[in-house]
Amino acid sequence: QKVSVEMLDHLEHLALVDFRDSEGVERLQKAIQFADQLHEVNTDGVEPMDSVLEDRCLYLREDDVTEGNCTKELLKNAREKVEEYFVAPPGNIPLPKLEEQEAFLQGS
Amino acid sequence: AALKDGLRSQVSAALKEGRVTPTELCQRCLALIKSTKFLNAYITVAEETALKQAEESEERYKRGQPLGILDGIPIAVKDNFNTAGIETTCASNMLKGYISPYNATVVQKLLDHGAVLLGKTNLDEFAMGSGSTDGVFGPVRNPWSYSKQYKEKSVQKSHSEDEESNWVITGGSSGGSAAAVSSFTCFAALGSDTGGSTRNPAAHCGVVGLKPTYGLISRHGLIPLVNSMDVPGILTRCVDDAAVLLGSLAGHDPKDSTTIQDDFKPFELPNLTDVSKLSIGIPKEYHAPGLSSEILALWSKAADLFKSAGAKVVEVSLPHTRYSIVCYHVLCTAEVASNMARFDGLEYGHRSDMRDSTESMYAATRREGFNDVVRGRILSGNYFLLKQNYEKYFVKAQKVRRLIANDFVKVFRSGVDILLTPTTLSDAAPYTEFIQEDNRTRSAQDDILTQAANMAGLPAINVPTALSERGLPVGLQFIGRSFQEKQLLTVAKWFEKQVQFPVIQLDEVKRHDNGVFQHQKSASFS
Repeated sequence: QKVSVEMLDHLEHLALVDFRDSEGVERLQKAIQFADQLHEVNTDGVEPMDSVLEDRCLYLREDDVTEGNCTKELLKNAREKVEEYFVAPPGNIPLPKLEEQEAFLQGS
Repeated sequence: AALKDGLRSQVSAALKEGRVTPTELCQRCLALIKSTKFLNAYITVAEETALKQAEESEERYKRGQPLGILDGIPIAVKDNFNTAGIETTCASNMLKGYISPYNATVVQKLLDHGAVLLGKTNLDEFAMGSGSTDGVFGPVRNPWSYSKQYKEKSVQKSHSEDEESNWVITGGSSGGSAAAVSSFTCFAALGSDTGGSTRNPAAHCGVVGLKPTYGLISRHGLIPLVNSMDVPGILTRCVDDAAVLLGSLAGHDPKDSTTIQDDFKPFELPNLTDVSKLSIGIPKEYHAPGLSSEILALWSKAADLFKSAGAKVVEVSLPHTRYSIVCYHVLCTAEVASNMARFDGLEYGHRSDMRDSTESMYAATRREGFNDVVRGRILSGNYFLLKQNYEKYFVKAQKVRRLIANDFVKVFRSGVDILLTPTTLSDAAPYTEFIQEDNRTRSAQDDILTQAANMAGLPAINVPTALSERGLPVGLQFIGRSFQEKQLLTVAKWFEKQVQFPVIQLDEVKRHDNGVFQHQKSASFS
């Protein structure tokens, strides 16, 4: 049962990484096949386990400010910034569809 | 003091008595790092800051006020831990040039104890892999490839040709840390362990590799792979040293709410002489397909050793063992898909020149920054997390996880104290052979014996046991009950004493270590 082109496109949009080539797609196919082995296990009546520490309470500290004021340090690692802002390219522009991607990838 | 002395028993005394100074230790290690550069164990060597830390330590010793056993001790840290002012790359293009603005809690603790941070060690990119071969800085070479013991056993065609093509892998993903400890360039190193990434390279490099109980040691500052399984790992040359490191690292951290709040008391390991009250479990499913006959024999011999010393040795069953890898595959890729989402080029790390739109910038950045392995796992993870797949794969894997964890609970409840298993299926493979299979296949094969302990959050340790027929290290694994590190390490220490694993014979080390060489111990256990 092969993964459809629409699915591949969908995954690339969600993950914002690309399969790059047929090898990448093959890798996903194999990963799904491998994961299908899970269905051999009978899990009737079994609750999913989120954490091995599920019997304990997470630590919640007091709602006090204990650190901060490190704008300069944090901005140091950003490539593009203006004053105290991280600069991002314009949003709300969707990625091209899979068919248009060949041309698109050439450009980057 | 020799580079291979135990911390608590020998080095600490030597430092206190002034027989060796922190600066001397630091310089010796730095020189050795330089002469073993071909191992590619280190990504960054922080020479200046290390020497400065050594000087400060020396002042403390002169005043008679050392901070503890770790004061002045050179250590190395896997490059997926944040280290303030020092580049942290995770062996990825995504973080090349990233200078951490803070120290991971475990790094801070080591520094607070006076340890000298020599540098950051090499790994598989973002700790994904079992060979330490898939990072952007190239593969790490196992120091044992250059040992007298290995060279004696390999068929020589021509001397130089052999060394270049015959070298073996360290295992992974904490291969750099394991190689660093194994080649004496540091006394201890931090690794991380999500599926066996500390124990696997420890076994292949002949060092002690401890995976603590999940929740014992803070993950704050450890760049996350799988939040519900990651733990910082400890690599040392003897079990006692691992206990020293554990003592300085364990305990609740307000910055990591997944650390337990119980009081942790550092401990010294007793010298166990009577094992008659011990019950050792041998899980039959760990006789996995592909387990080498050599390791099977060693495992059997170890069980007999415990038996003849008076311990109760029983065969037990962990029926869901063979699903652990599949379960891990789904849970790991799912959590990776989430954890890697933070890398978008905006706040830190690599940023693509693409500027048409936010999404195209993110996509290009991630394409340029991540290698195939990382991208593959992100894509798989996103597939398993799709609405239509969520119950079928992710939730299903979480249910199987409970079954795996319950297997252990049942066994420990039946009166077994410690489980004894092999750590790896075989000794270290030559690099040329290892890279013939892809990363996912290799990980699935190699993690089979180590992964379940991460699933269940249990403490586990690799103890170097004997040399294989090829002259390479083979280790055995002990798995203990949650938060019972003292019992686990006590038994491991007893076993270590029985097997007398041989010291690696490396020319480079002989040249740099002027200390008194202990009488060479033969591989009495093989």
